[in-house]
Amino acid sequence: MIGIGRFGRMLLIGVPFFWLALFFLLPLWIVVKISLAESVIGIPPYTPLVTHGVSGLKFHATLANFALLVHDQLYLRAYFGSLGNAAVATVLCLLLGYPIAYAIARTRGRRRQVLLFLVMLPFWTSFLIRVYAWIAILAPNGILNELLTGLGLISEPLPLLNNQFSVELGLVYSYLPFMILPVYGSLSALDESLLEAAADLGARPVPVFFEVILPLTVPGIAAGSLLVLIPAIGEFVIPDLLGGPDTLMIGKVLWDEFFNNRDWPVASAVTVVLVAVLAIPILFAQRFLERGRIA
Amino acid sequence: MALLEIVGASKHFGATAAVDGVSLSVERGDFFALLGPSGCGKTTLLRVIAGFETPDRGHILIDGIDVTASPPYARPVNMMFQSYALFPHMDVAANIAFGLRQEGMDRRRIAGRVDEMLALVQMAGYERRRPHELSGGQRQRVALARSLAKMPKLLLLDEPLAALDRKLRAETRLELIGIQERIGTTFLVVTHDQEEALSMASRVSVMNRGRLVQTGAPSEIYDRPNSRFVADFVGEINLFEGELTAEFNSLALAVAGLEKLVPLPPGANLPSGVAVTVAVRPEKMRLYRVSPTGFAVPATVSSVVYMGGGSIIHLLTGGGRTLKACLAGTAVGSFARDEAIWVGWSAEDSIVLSE
Amino acid sequence: MAVLLLGFAFLYAPIGLLVLYSFNASRLVTVWAGFSTRWYGELARNEGFRAAALTSFEVATFAATIALVLGTLAGFSMSRFSRFRGRTIFGFALLAPLVVPEVILGLSLLLLFVSCENWIGWPSRGIPTITVAHAMFGACFVSVLVRAQLAGFDRALEEAALDLGARPSTVLVRITLPGISPALISGWLLAFTLSLDDLVVASFVTGPSATTLPMAVFSSVRLGVSPEVNALATLFLGLVFVLVALAFWLTAREERRRHTA
Repeated sequence: MIGIGRFGRMLLIGVPFFWLALFFLLPLWIVVKISLAESVIGIPPYTPLVTHGVSGLKFHATLANFALLVHDQLYLRAYFGSLGNAAVATVLCLLLGYPIAYAIARTRGRRRQVLLFLVMLPFWTSFLIRVYAWIAILAPNGILNELLTGLGLISEPLPLLNNQFSVELGLVYSYLPFMILPVYGSLSALDESLLEAAADLGARPVPVFFEVILPLTVPGIAAGSLLVLIPAIGEFVIPDLLGGPDTLMIGKVLWDEFFNNRDWPVASAVTVVLVAVLAIPILFAQRFLERGRIA
Repeated sequence: MALLEIVGASKHFGATAAVDGVSLSVERGDFFALLGPSGCGKTTLLRVIAGFETPDRGHILIDGIDVTASPPYARPVNMMFQSYALFPHMDVAANIAFGLRQEGMDRRRIAGRVDEMLALVQMAGYERRRPHELSGGQRQRVALARSLAKMPKLLLLDEPLAALDRKLRAETRLELIGIQERIGTTFLVVTHDQEEALSMASRVSVMNRGRLVQTGAPSEIYDRPNSRFVADFVGEINLFEGELTAEFNSLALAVAGLEKLVPLPPGANLPSGVAVTVAVRPEKMRLYRVSPTGFAVPATVSSVVYMGGGSIIHLLTGGGRTLKACLAGTAVGSFARDEAIWVGWSAEDSIVLSE
Repeated sequence: MAVLLLGFAFLYAPIGLLVLYSFNASRLVTVWAGFSTRWYGELARNEGFRAAALTSFEVATFAATIALVLGTLAGFSMSRFSRFRGRTIFGFALLAPLVVPEVILGLSLLLLFVSCENWIGWPSRGIPTITVAHAMFGACFVSVLVRAQLAGFDRALEEAALDLGARPSTVLVRITLPGISPALISGWLLAFTLSLDDLVVASFVTGPSATTLPMAVFSSVRLGVSPEVNALATLFLGLVFVLVALAFWLTAREERRRHTA
């Protein structure tokens, strides 16, 4: 930018950088620090890392928390459970979201804008409320069961709530717009003359889709998948409200460990491992988002 | 039987008729050009032939078979797109092989045909390259190879030389003619550049506002235009409108702004009093320092523009008419601005236009 | 197309049902006892929800404004300077909060505030900490929108202004910022709604006195379906609809103006 000068440039970059460093990077570092501490009763409920003793500075660091993670089945199952649920949700979002994005990309003119607005609108309304709405629908005495019973299709209410099914449904429902928008972005950037050329060369509609459209929308699919997968792994609200006793997701474990057990060091260790696991997909996401693909 | 027969085709977009009752036949082996200004409907007509648009009325027949209702992938027609439309996620070989794979050709034959096509466009060795690694001219060759790979009965080319610089244009022109002669496919080129059309095609059809105005050999279009539009669109022209009057037992034209009556070419058989237009090409104008024995009008030189191979001289008559003359080489030294000279032409070189 | 209809039916059915049942005279979801606005009245009288709503709006307004300023600065930095020290980390810090699970954000921020309190006796957790947290990830969202808008901005406009004698600061205020106004408007609104909607981070970083609306709804909802929540949900939906429609209308108007210029 012309005329801003060196000081101005430092300020422009520095102010937000400082804010993020202070409120995002520093907290993560503190999490690492506390994951190496011991849990105690008190405020704060953990031991300090460095103490001034008579003989100078002493380090108290322990890997006990991490050891607990490896040994206790609960955590491993929660990690894998989260990964599994998130992966299934991502695939379902893709299968549902791609056709919707495709249909929107095929509409012309102003209607497209309206449709995109309608896709985005649920995302802007309260996440919590939308999840809550599903409780009302899926409960044993909820709308869906009452409807099916009333129509005479079932004699006993279906167990639709507080199980894997409702958790997946909730995940897909909440994250669907995150898949639709990047895929739509890729589709709308597609050069129509490529599709015409393919048809001209003898390709019927189905081969045109698989050989031309799909390969060229891989960036959108990848971006959408990352935008669904990563947050879904650590999702808390959905497993808490819609999940059952056998729903083990790491976000919920983290919350329980923190609020119910008041074991901050273990919670921190869980977080450190989770961030380490997510680091790779996040770096991938950064690559894609750098190319300005997100809406 | 003509290879391509278009019978009464019309295509409307909203209230406008992009193509209005066009009938055309293209013979096997022709190098045919569809020439016209932007918006005349030539691209729409091309897309109708290719199958991307369905005409509201009329029929398209290829080798006697009515393909009007056939989708693009079922027609024995292939198109070379103006933007080339190479698939960015496939290499050169895969691009060329695409159409062949769609018809289920076996792999070995495909590989052979791809090599053949690359040799034809002199791009052998470029099989593994991606489109974004190629220059504009190279991309065009690949696009051409891809569109010829299936040996279509008819090849459509959409403004093939538009994106090339002048030198490349001249080379490519010759190459296209050579390729067409070698493989014998019927070519149909759509262009707004009359130089392109006249130099490449064996037959040209001029189009304006959705209608075909004149069809014929390039020399016919140039030397004997049938209307003001064709005369003006193809090449430079001087147009004189006026009324026919009888003078000394022969007809001549009284034109506003010219002191003398313009002679008509021999064989013009029209009654006196009729309004006609006479057209004369600038290269047929002769410039004289003194009044010559034949027909000439006095004028002053208003500008001399040197174009490299020749010069365009604009002249202004006493009556306020502008004339264009074209001389070979540089005329910058010979004629100065505001110089008074005489401009004449022979009556045989003029063309009578009724519309 | 059938696909679109099904898709939108799926997205909107739960919301539609909520709205419907907020007007249900009966408490039960399954019995329709006639049209009634009784729950809206009950909602209005509910002190807990009222206070929570006020808190949420206060936090959201401040957080969105801070997020707008920071996010715009960050968006300009990333867009206009292709090279500077720490650009990779900065980029990472701008994008990671968008995808990282909220529990991680919440937990790490709480640990920061606790450590800080330990060290220098400040801050006490409550409205300020929630605001700071929301401003942090709000800024990241704003920066994405600003970057995208700047990418499509014709810099020749800035150069023309400079050529005509305007100082860089004038160019920024009179040419560039108006030029990216769609991103600024939708950025503020996005940060506002995200703050209003946030449950997890707020739960972690809040203090004894501050309850946000999502927190109030969450505790109510854990006990089961409640018709007041239906009414609240409907009101909230209405508000968001109006805001988002406004944002879209404003941006569309700007885009139209730009294209006819």
